[in-house]
Amino acid sequence: MIPAAFEYHRPKDLEGVLSVLVEHGDDARVLAGGHSLIPMMKLRMADVEHLIDLQDVAGMSGIAVDGGSVRIGAMTTQNDIITSDALAGAAPIMHEAALQIADPQVRYMGTVGGNVANGDPGNDMPGLMQCLDATFTLVGPDGERTVAAREFYEAAYMTDRDDAEVLTAVSFAAQAGGYAYEKQKRKIGDYATAAAAVLLTKEGGVCTSASIAMTNLSDTPIWSEAAGAALAGTSVDDAAISAAVGAMLGDIDPTEDNRGPIEFKRHAASVVLGRAIARAWSRA
Amino acid sequence: MSGKKHITMTVNGEAQEFLAEPRELLIHTLRERLNITGPHIGCETSHCGACTVTLDGKSVKSCTVFVAQADGADITTIEGLGNPDSLHVLQEAFKEHHGLQCGFCTPGMITRASKLLEENPSPTEEEVRFGMAGNICRCTGYQNIVKSILAAATEMNAAKEAAE
Repeated sequence: MIPAAFEYHRPKDLEGVLSVLVEHGDDARVLAGGHSLIPMMKLRMADVEHLIDLQDVAGMSGIAVDGGSVRIGAMTTQNDIITSDALAGAAPIMHEAALQIADPQVRYMGTVGGNVANGDPGNDMPGLMQCLDATFTLVGPDGERTVAAREFYEAAYMTDRDDAEVLTAVSFAAQAGGYAYEKQKRKIGDYATAAAAVLLTKEGGVCTSASIAMTNLSDTPIWSEAAGAALAGTSVDDAAISAAVGAMLGDIDPTEDNRGPIEFKRHAASVVLGRAIARAWSRA
Repeated sequence: MSGKKHITMTVNGEAQEFLAEPRELLIHTLRERLNITGPHIGCETSHCGACTVTLDGKSVKSCTVFVAQADGADITTIEGLGNPDSLHVLQEAFKEHHGLQCGFCTPGMITRASKLLEENPSPTEEEVRFGMAGNICRCTGYQNIVKSILAAATEMNAAKEAAE
């Protein structure tokens, strides 16, 4: 319950954030909504000597929908995502997924940037970002760069972000066609036993493209290219869904924990993906 | 290592000013520093919601906010909603509909419910259950909490209509 002492910084701009990160390296961490980091600090599982609160940093939050593209500032909260009409229009899968994350209080504080940068495979947004083929904007002492969500995750809590970089925004093309985020969990607020994000497009009764990503079924989110390919060109009948599920099972690598043994998780993954595809197809 | 920070905040309409270590959790500030002991601590993993307060218009779990983050904030706790001589509509409804037993979750429940009804003045039963999902209760089985909140909503809407 009681976190260790730390030095608190509350810069007004990114330069201020970067100067602390560069000076203190590993010993410094940014604080966004605080709803993964503070719990870890209270359990003394995260050792942070310099905490950089991003709440006053200008330009880090907000949802911009411009034609076909969406940019969400890293400090935008899950509650902001749920209540944004513009985002519900451009990417309704974000609304559907955010409502399955945590609980109301956590959603007022927890941010999209924190969710995707955390690196915990239990987080829901990373798989969603891979499904959407989002890019992450990272700003560091050498300037700005972008990384594809599909290239960002290396292992549990290990990402492509450098210690001196801050993730400032996520961007993706407005979604087209059908969508679904299907999550199996033990109760409200739990990380997924298995979850699937599906986007697909339909023309003349045929699936023209599909993107499928799975949550909490490996030490990173899994974008299953093969599962999407198994649907493309089909009428998304039972055989095609089975093929997609089979392809997905070849890409995931769950581990046993309180949520169940490996075989159960593979079963749950199959069920949620089947349901997500069916719902996405019905909306396409 | 870390020095104390000068903190100002408004709690239940009253200005507060003090020096605190940044790592002090807002729930401890409220309870131990300001003697506002309605908000409770039921867990150390941010699940139970017994510490829920309203911070700058958001329902937050004050066990998961450092006092340094709340510098400059406007906070409302159960004590700011009503008092024994003049109960808030929700407090009256929880009493009337037996929405509490031990009372430990109640301050967080009612504070959260006040925000829920502000955002959604006429929720369905399902919306109440989902909107209160960040608050755990060991005693009631939730049924009477839902009844209390729905009754309070009806009451508040009737009062609003009468005023118009």
